[in-house]
Amino acid sequence: MNKSVFFGAMTVAGLIAGASAAATLDDVKARGKLNCGVTTGLAGFAAPNASGEWEGFDVAVCRAVAAAVLGDPAAVEFIPTTGKTRFTALASGEIDFLARNTTWTFSRDVDLKFDFIGVNYYDGQGFMVPKSLGVSSAKDLDGATVCIQTGTTTELNLADFFRSNNISYEPVPIETNAEGQQQYLAGACDTYTTDASGLAATRATFEAPGDHIILPEIISKEPLGPLVRHGDNEWGDITRWTLYALIAAEELGVTSANVEEMAASTTNPEVARLLGTEGTLGEMLGLDAAWAKNAIASQGNYGEIFAKNIGEETPIGLARGLNAQWTDGGLMYAPPFR
Amino acid sequence: MTTMSDPQRGSFRLSMLLNDTRYRSYTFQFIALLLLIALMAFLGINLVRNLAEAGLNISYDFLGVPAGYDINQTLIDYNSQSSNLRAAVVGIINTLLVAFLACLTATVIGVIAGVARLSKNWLVSKLMSVYVEIFRNIPVLIWILMIYTLMTAVLPAPNAFRGDNATSSMVFDAFAFTNRGVYIPAPVWGPGSMLVVATFILSIAAIFFYRRYAVKLLFETGRLLPTGWPTLAILIVPTLLMFFIMGSPIGLEMPELKGFNFKGGIQIGAPLIALWLALSVYTGAFIAENVRAGIQAISKGQTEAASSLGLRPKRVMNLVVLPQALRVIIPPLISQYLNITKNSSLAIAVGYADITATLGGITLNQTGRAIECVLLLMLFYLTISLSISAIMNVYNNNVSLKER
Repeated sequence: MNKSVFFGAMTVAGLIAGASAAATLDDVKARGKLNCGVTTGLAGFAAPNASGEWEGFDVAVCRAVAAAVLGDPAAVEFIPTTGKTRFTALASGEIDFLARNTTWTFSRDVDLKFDFIGVNYYDGQGFMVPKSLGVSSAKDLDGATVCIQTGTTTELNLADFFRSNNISYEPVPIETNAEGQQQYLAGACDTYTTDASGLAATRATFEAPGDHIILPEIISKEPLGPLVRHGDNEWGDITRWTLYALIAAEELGVTSANVEEMAASTTNPEVARLLGTEGTLGEMLGLDAAWAKNAIASQGNYGEIFAKNIGEETPIGLARGLNAQWTDGGLMYAPPFR
Repeated sequence: MTTMSDPQRGSFRLSMLLNDTRYRSYTFQFIALLLLIALMAFLGINLVRNLAEAGLNISYDFLGVPAGYDINQTLIDYNSQSSNLRAAVVGIINTLLVAFLACLTATVIGVIAGVARLSKNWLVSKLMSVYVEIFRNIPVLIWILMIYTLMTAVLPAPNAFRGDNATSSMVFDAFAFTNRGVYIPAPVWGPGSMLVVATFILSIAAIFFYRRYAVKLLFETGRLLPTGWPTLAILIVPTLLMFFIMGSPIGLEMPELKGFNFKGGIQIGAPLIALWLALSVYTGAFIAENVRAGIQAISKGQTEAASSLGLRPKRVMNLVVLPQALRVIIPPLISQYLNITKNSSLAIAVGYADITATLGGITLNQTGRAIECVLLLMLFYLTISLSISAIMNVYNNNVSLKER
């Protein structure tokens, strides 16, 4: 009797282990919550606010997916991950979706078996130094001590940059952004390097942001985007097109304020298809017809999310730059909703 | 009352495996073993199958690929183009370095604190109790972080040493204490310096011979030769003479502020110091308790008997109590050494590049080969721990009671 229970449990465990690879959508629906991996705290991108609610640029993407899939932008469990734990968390199924300003690289996509669903921020690696250091170019940093987050692409870019310019440096590896900030402000490193957007976000939290400058050199391409596990293409499609819905909404002039009105009275067929009043796009994804409408209504379009969390009106103060719509000379370009 | 009688021969039946007490335990052990093997096999097969399903495989090819990242403190040549294997070796050496240093200082601290805790001086014994209780009751990770944070926050940045009205200055123009680490002069080996080193090594050997001779003389004739000042003389005089005869071949390279950092000399990074200190004082507190237990395990009669023979208190401790106490102290000391080695993996918290930080941290991350890296890490720690225990067991056999 005992033995048969044991073998029965083993069989069930084996089946579950085998089956968990597919159908993330069903899991999320059954759970009623989206498990979303974010940073441990980076102002503007993902950080809890004064009342403990997560908000930020990456958080908005998580909430948009939750709104599209479950109809409720609050049905998200945010799971803070470090640069080191994020991929294991996603691969093991602890999280369904990783939106943690993660750089899209070949080996992560191919070798680590993930699918990047798009780019929500085009970034590049930069250096922040105190003004008092008197450095105006990254090439003057010969012999400097550099604080660097481990387990990131920036670590490899840094080594490449100093090697190709034939100058030396001393790395101080750190785990989290908060730790890097502390080391940098204590003067334990001369310069802090990470994605330029992250530097701007970190600088915005300093007591005297004006005492620090971000050097003009951008030493790498860092297309940051959300990602999902490889192999579940339905889930990949849902998240990919949710992101594109936000981007397309900006291009088409749909905002959180006018989305209801547009849905009711638009004459633009693409807007009608996007918002589910025409065609069956939602059904094709296995979602509600109002999936994109819910996402846009709760979070706003891409431009609104950008302006609210990291735009020039916020303390982080990032310009749109490469992240403008393609019609404005940027790289944000959503494929047609058809 | 039970009576034992020889079992009847040739009457073994299968049911006896369960009913006969002589065979029953074997039966159950065999079943338990089979179940254990089945469980292990299930876990292993499950892993391989799930990996295959996800399109992944187990491969150690990444060890030969350039690592691509830099490491701040290395004892062997390393740059970002070296292989992942070399990065792992750098990590292994760093782990061994900090474990060795910490074992050494923890033992010294522990022995002193343990003996002092038994002191008749009220203040000393209470101070040591406070030390032991505070340090062993707070997790070592907290100590590591605390010492590191104190170092980076309290010590000046290299920038403070710059300019005419610098706020900090070097100690003796040779030692610089900064929040990035401590810089000390490095020896420069000129021609002929090897002779000086050789003389020094010979002097150390000579000290051993002299001490052995003194003991032999004591046992044979009862004459007691002084050992204190001759030891010091043998250690210093010949080396110093050779140094000047060869024309001062060993120079010192002083650390100097150049650019952003001190250059020249030897840099002992802040992470290494924080880790070393924290492991030493933390484990020292445990060793102090082992030492105290060992000394108290020796019956008072031994001390009294030695005193009544006319031995002075220091001799009583060195010749009678400690040699016996060592038998009690060594076995728990082995496990403290193992703890130090394993706890050194907390280096990651302060960015010290030990094996957990290189192979189990950055390499794991950049290659995504989690299972392979963790298996290697386990193998490494297992090997090191078993080696330490083997060496210490040999020592333990040397000091243990020789029964004749």
